Amino acid sequence: MTAEPQDDQIAGKAYDARLMRRLLSYIRPHRRAAALALLYIMAGSGLSVLPPLLTKTAIDRFISRGDLSGLNRIALLYVLTLVAVFWFSYGQAWVLNVMGQKIMVELRMSIFRHLQRLEIAFFDRNPVGRLMTRVTTDVDALNELFTAGVISVVGDVCTLAGIVVVLFLINVKLALAIFSVVPLLFLITFVFKLKVRDSFRRVRTAVARINAFLQENLTGSAVVQLFHQEEKQYRRFVAVNREHLEANLQSIFYYAVFYPLLELVGALAVALIVWYGGLQVFAGTLTLGALVAFIQYSERFFRPISDLSEKYNILQQAMASAERIFKLLDTRPAIASPARPRRAGVREGSVEFRNVSFAYTPGTPVLQDISFAVEPGERVALVGATGAGKSTVIALLSRFYDVVSGQILVDGIDIRDYDLQGLRRSIGVVLQDVFLFSGTVADNIRLGNEAITDEAMRGAIEAAQAWPFIRRLDRQLDTPVGERGSTLSAGQRQLLAFARALAHDPRILVLDEATSSIDTETEIMIRQALARLLEGRTAIMIAHRLSTIQRADRIIVLHHGRIRETGTHQELLHARGIYWKLYQLQYQDQLPAPPAPAPLHGSAS
Amino acid sequence: MKSTPSLLYLWPYLKRYRGKLLAGSCMVVLTVAAGMLAPWVLKYVVDDLRAAFAPEKLPYYAAAIVGIALVEGFFRFLMRRILIGMSREIEYDLRNDFFAHLQRMSLSYLQGRSTGDLMSRSSSDLAAVRSVLGPGLMYSMNAAVTAVAATAILLRLNWKLTLLAYIPLVLASIAVKQLGGRIHDRFEEIQAQFARLTEKVQENIAGIRVIQAFAREEAEIRSFHALNQEYVRRNIRLIRLWGIFYPLMSALIGLSSVALLWYGGRAVVRGTLTLGEFVAFLGYLSLLTWPTIAIGWVINIFQRGSASMERMLEVLRVPPQIGDDTAPEMPESVRGAVEVRALSFRYDRSPRPVLQDVSFSLPAGETLAIVGRTGSGKSTLVNLIPRLFDPPPGTVFVDGVDVRRWPLGELRRRIGFVPQEAFLFSDTVFANLAFGLHEGAPAETVERAAETAHLAAEIAAFPRRYQTLVGERGITLSGGQKQRAAIARALALEPQILILDDSFSSVDTYTEERVLRNLLEATRGRTTILVSHRISTVKHARQILVLENGRVVERGDHASLMALGGVYADLYRKQLLEEELATA
Repeated sequence: MTAEPQDDQIAGKAYDARLMRRLLSYIRPHRRAAALALLYIMAGSGLSVLPPLLTKTAIDRFISRGDLSGLNRIALLYVLTLVAVFWFSYGQAWVLNVMGQKIMVELRMSIFRHLQRLEIAFFDRNPVGRLMTRVTTDVDALNELFTAGVISVVGDVCTLAGIVVVLFLINVKLALAIFSVVPLLFLITFVFKLKVRDSFRRVRTAVARINAFLQENLTGSAVVQLFHQEEKQYRRFVAVNREHLEANLQSIFYYAVFYPLLELVGALAVALIVWYGGLQVFAGTLTLGALVAFIQYSERFFRPISDLSEKYNILQQAMASAERIFKLLDTRPAIASPARPRRAGVREGSVEFRNVSFAYTPGTPVLQDISFAVEPGERVALVGATGAGKSTVIALLSRFYDVVSGQILVDGIDIRDYDLQGLRRSIGVVLQDVFLFSGTVADNIRLGNEAITDEAMRGAIEAAQAWPFIRRLDRQLDTPVGERGSTLSAGQRQLLAFARALAHDPRILVLDEATSSIDTETEIMIRQALARLLEGRTAIMIAHRLSTIQRADRIIVLHHGRIRETGTHQELLHARGIYWKLYQLQYQDQLPAPPAPAPLHGSAS
Repeated sequence: MKSTPSLLYLWPYLKRYRGKLLAGSCMVVLTVAAGMLAPWVLKYVVDDLRAAFAPEKLPYYAAAIVGIALVEGFFRFLMRRILIGMSREIEYDLRNDFFAHLQRMSLSYLQGRSTGDLMSRSSSDLAAVRSVLGPGLMYSMNAAVTAVAATAILLRLNWKLTLLAYIPLVLASIAVKQLGGRIHDRFEEIQAQFARLTEKVQENIAGIRVIQAFAREEAEIRSFHALNQEYVRRNIRLIRLWGIFYPLMSALIGLSSVALLWYGGRAVVRGTLTLGEFVAFLGYLSLLTWPTIAIGWVINIFQRGSASMERMLEVLRVPPQIGDDTAPEMPESVRGAVEVRALSFRYDRSPRPVLQDVSFSLPAGETLAIVGRTGSGKSTLVNLIPRLFDPPPGTVFVDGVDVRRWPLGELRRRIGFVPQEAFLFSDTVFANLAFGLHEGAPAETVERAAETAHLAAEIAAFPRRYQTLVGERGITLSGGQKQRAAIARALALEPQILILDDSFSSVDTYTEERVLRNLLEATRGRTTILVSHRISTVKHARQILVLENGRVVERGDHASLMALGGVYADLYRKQLLEEELATA
């Protein structure tokens, strides 16, 4: 493993200017929406400061003086304010969320697009689950940031600023008196965060241990049962679970202290207003309405402050997610088209391996100094024991991996000089395990290639002998297959893969034959289909069937990563070497099967 | 709440903590009661100030406000601690019980379910159930008591004003319920689409070879884009509702303040309400904000919780399949003879039998070998002896007693089993080897087993010897080392019957020879069953069974089977070839 795997453990600083700049670049195309949202949020939170002020006015100017029409006017104004606040906050939520959604699509698409370009070795290194987390969970964490985080912080700040301004306008001294409790609020919050962070860490560790223990005991349940260790394992589970409980009880304690303390600080502020404000009312420097307004503001003042500290967590998570996403996006594809490809696609279909060596991990060579050439239209069978390197040969031809040394030439040109997609389009690959995408039968043959007409597809299906079974499916070509669709047998999958390859009409065919045993009827169909598939194409086949071997013009025997023997079936049998042994091990038993149909051209066995 | 009944399952747990539940409920009432006092103090403050009384009382009022907050805070502290703490304790009990239940499930059940699925039921579903018992219960009690208390006070103050101010609050509650339901539906639609999105990514990555091979990247991007568009469309549908939710709530709650201002203001002018009472009214209305919103939230917690409880019950309701017989029976002396009579066996979900009419008799202290191709039924046959799967009654006997009648623990304690897949726990080497032993077992037993399994020398080279951690947090053992560790683990038991289920597949033939020789020496006098697809492993056994498609097709010793020239002889010839190939 040479490259660094994608890291799940990025801890995340709460703020990272470089990351933030890069994140903000995603907002740039939506700056008008962002500006509008900002406008709404400022207007909304500004207006939301009004109601206590209206109450003050109502008490001081109308209720105290018995001015009923004034009271009507203020009630109307109040309603209008509510409507306006409603309107602005709805508008803000709407604009912001729609914008957030659009940005998420762009992010998700750019990650997905990037994944398509990465080389197979990258996928060997990174488990599917981890990559999926990038596209799903991490993108969602960023959505939180865009919709609930950054901009609503602005809202909280606006509300706070508005309240501060209004309080100072009403009465500077009383305002200062109230603000004197704010440091207390920060102190409590600070200490709480510190404490709760520790106990959260404890909880998280305990959860991880519970999960690990559970997972291990489920996977190893046979061992636990066999050794009759249920009781011991149960005791150990209880201990781990106990730790989880203790950790939680600890954090419950902190929460149970924190919330009442917050309210106590609020009560302290109200007490100050009552005492100090009351004295002022008595002295005539403060109206009764103002006193009531102050009490109401003190309630509204504390909420945004504790909200702000919540935002810190969102920010922290989003930053960690952003870092992971950007790290993935910054991974350069190791295999890509050359800047100026010499060829867009394969013409003749000759293949040559010239002194090719390859290793998945440095130091453990899989192929060593492989050289062979295949003429256009020639069929070559690769045989060898498991682990001989056969699959690697065909993976290299499609440039799933690049050779460590040597060269692979197609039509006399190094495959690294081809347009990557063009090269792969010219090579039809039928792999052992036929991968079916969820979708219909037709989707799985076309694979999104709209250039394949219905007739061409039908033709391919007929030629691949796949029509008889597709016809029997309840919705024929439109039958859903894949993970959640109807299940096809191994043989049917094989035929479908043949139809897929035929429909894409490649110059070169690469076949990794399935080993699974198949009923005789399907077996015969597969043979016939294979004959059609090979017609007029260069073929490199990893053969598991005698019939396929017999169809080959030449057999290459791979052993421990080297070519050990080459020749026709008869020649190799006479040599009594590795092939002869392989033949007895793998192929001889297949002899009583019906004879293969005569090859269409060339001379085999 | 349609599916509440599943939550009834929690009743016995709640009963276990009825003291805490009762104390917690009292705290809820006391907390609310204390909270109700605060607006009332403000009434006196305002009325006194309006009457222009002397200011000497102000410090007392201030002190009262702080004092009330202290008392309320104290009760609130106890309320959270008792009720939320109780929910954690019940969670703890539930998790233990769930684990204990899983332990009693048979292998066929556990293997038929994905580990991830069972894990999510015992983690995220349990968390949802815990939310019902903790925040769900606490907030619903709190909201209900607050609503009742505040309403009672307000009605006494001025019932007409109360009714008027309540109209928007009732509307808000209805809106929470209505919108909540629709938001929930739209949210589900989003989740469904999100699942599609996830599935697409998963499939794309799993099939990346095919996609790149056929150069279909652009088509994949297009179809992912389409899924994304739909996802956004559904999200926007949700935003349309969700965006309205909180603004609407605060507008409606604001409207009740307007009602107070307008109608209450008039009452003050008319003199039917004092200004102090007006301010107290304002205070009580703000206390009601929380219950208004909480209703919808709490309903949501209960709905999710009951769905999750249902998912947990799906597992908990499955009765344990393998357990002790109602009248267990033990042989007089345990010597280790194994007998199988006309055994046919079929897995629950499989249509065709894995074993058909298998019989053999293995006297105590002798060795039996079973060979056959992959899938011939060898593993299944030996799995039935320690009852990892239950054989039909009257087919498998140990010391003349049907294994189904043996006390399960007694039976298993006497069988040292080395499974095909050498599973080790992420624990120390010692703990793994001593896995089957009682705590405090002598180290020599373990060391001797490691010696016999040809592992002792390698352990000595580990950084912390026997105390070295294995697995994710420790060192990674090779496949061969793992298998030998599994062998040592079984040997440490000093069992009457030793079963090796293809336990040498990752061990090279040379080491295998040596381990096997040691092993047969050390276990002389014990009954041994050797399963293998390798002839070299089994050829010394006195009795060899050849299985094919679940049937015994040949039996005898090596010489007689070779002379027979059948399946066994063919396998042997091929394996010789393979060995030659490997060294070619």
